[in-house]
Amino acid sequence: MEPKYKPGDKVRILQRNQPGHVRTPIYVRGKTGIIERIVGSFPNPETLAYGDTGLPYKMLYRVNFRQAELWDDYDGPADDTLEIEIYEHWLAPA
Amino acid sequence: MSEHHHDHDHPTHTHDGKPIQEDPLPPLEAQILETSVRELLIEKGVVSADEIRRAIEAMETRGEALGAKIVARAWTDPDFKEKLLHNSDDALMEFGINMSPMELCVVENTDDVHNMVVCTLCSCYPRPILGIPPAWYKRRDYRARAVREPRAVLKEFGTELPDGKQVRVHDSNADLRYLVLPKRPEGTEGWSAEQLEELITRDSMIGVSDVLAPSEAGS
Repeated sequence: MEPKYKPGDKVRILQRNQPGHVRTPIYVRGKTGIIERIVGSFPNPETLAYGDTGLPYKMLYRVNFRQAELWDDYDGPADDTLEIEIYEHWLAPA
Repeated sequence: MSEHHHDHDHPTHTHDGKPIQEDPLPPLEAQILETSVRELLIEKGVVSADEIRRAIEAMETRGEALGAKIVARAWTDPDFKEKLLHNSDDALMEFGINMSPMELCVVENTDDVHNMVVCTLCSCYPRPILGIPPAWYKRRDYRARAVREPRAVLKEFGTELPDGKQVRVHDSNADLRYLVLPKRPEGTEGWSAEQLEELITRDSMIGVSDVLAPSEAGS
């Protein structure tokens, strides 16, 4: 499986309402960040959690956000960041 | 285990000493389900009660000592540190640890960066290395606030950071588990790995505090 994104790419997390065992927290949905690293391919937790195989595997990335992008009222220094793991099917180029 | 039990029922009761606060009681259905499945497995001879007890005992007796050994080794062996940061599977194999199917992501504190770990969605934690997560790590207030106002949370843990130091929060939400590699304190030049281990605390490897000062060794 070839990763679609590479470190340094600007990405937006999809703003999607999806019930179930979703590993993309609401606070990052719709937000823009930078690919920090490619983690690799993993079983899809959205099906694995229900006794399924998790196939096809999904590419997983770590995405870096500026805190100010996530929280309008973040009152810490501007270079404070948050990093989180996001599967490729939750990402779009930004 | 906390010595502070709350048997009284106060639905609106909160503690001012945030971020350590009681969650609502767990859902009763989940407890019933767990008991039913466990008893069924024992009745059908799939597992024995003693095997379950042993597994719980093994899980609960794992502690942060292994994490401290790994950090002390990284402080004293630059090649090991490189491996730990970039190829943690191989580094952990030297300690007989296999994280599979998870992977360990080691994040390094420096003069300019402080790392802090949280799992906002549940309580993901590097259990093979640090054991059972502390009660506060699983509580909703820590999980919600660590990403939203990390500096305020750190301050409540007694960790005040200058504005010049970047705070990097890691949400352990999927397949990685995180270990903070704290900064080796000054004044420990020439210390052995065993001596250094005494300075490395559980909380410093989660990133809510610094390691102990050299003068606190053995305290």
